[in-house]
Amino acid sequence: MSQIKAMIVDDSSVMRKIVERSLRQAGLDLSPVLEAGNGAEALGLLDGNTVDLILSDINMPVMDGLEFVRQVQTVDKLRHIPVVMITTEGSESNVVQALSLGAKGYIRKPFTPDQVKEHVLSVLGL
Amino acid sequence: MTMTHSYHDSSLPGVLFDRTSWTPLLELSTREVFDIMLCTRLQPVEHPVGPSEAQFTALVGLAGNICGVLSIRCSEEAARVMASKMLGMPPDEVDNDSLDALGEIANMIAGNFKGKLSGVGNHCMLSVPTIIVGTDYETRSLSGGNTIETTFDFERKPLWVTLELHD
Repeated sequence: MSQIKAMIVDDSSVMRKIVERSLRQAGLDLSPVLEAGNGAEALGLLDGNTVDLILSDINMPVMDGLEFVRQVQTVDKLRHIPVVMITTEGSESNVVQALSLGAKGYIRKPFTPDQVKEHVLSVLGL
Repeated sequence: MTMTHSYHDSSLPGVLFDRTSWTPLLELSTREVFDIMLCTRLQPVEHPVGPSEAQFTALVGLAGNICGVLSIRCSEEAARVMASKMLGMPPDEVDNDSLDALGEIANMIAGNFKGKLSGVGNHCMLSVPTIIVGTDYETRSLSGGNTIETTFDFERKPLWVTLELHD
């Protein structure tokens, strides 16, 4: 696979940096990562950019991660992009809801780089 | 500054507060976050003192079948070291990320804690973190409740983690 273009959606800039570092530790050849602070900002960026993978928090202001996943699934050119949720909202009902809305993976915070690697490689089929 | 908060939702079944089992769960939840995200083992404080030197406070609200606020308080220096460990960079290269890191730590402790309480995870939501800088404030709950307070030694700096629950 050529360079992977990833988007990280989280209202915490620290968490975005940690997730990006985990992706690089997973051995992925990343092109510059797109970052957004909430779902609405992410949808705006996706209007003019293509990505291979999205990692998104759930609990965010303006537009949360569940609504973001739901909206991604309504856009033909976006619904093929695998979305992995990374969140503290790790209850069973949240996991079921996220997966039913179209998320392809779910990582609970706190997480190890190996957990990110395992989920991301799985959804990318690597 | 005075902050008031009330998150009670009477439509959900209540969860009986149990200090004996909840205190070690809060301690475990905190230790796990520091172990995994900061690669740091928190040490217990045998004779804790009050958080008078805590310039930074992060608050996360819990709403549902348990209602209240989790707070984590520490010095500015402690918050800087936390951010540096999370990001893998020297403390003197950390800028505004200190506050953001403290909020995320509070968020993860709250999520980890509610996930360990049987029957709570599906019926309790977390707020986004709120950060307070400074010491000239107090919080007042609108209803009575219970408080669990734990104190840790983080890199020879005190760290206070408090869970205030409403009836």
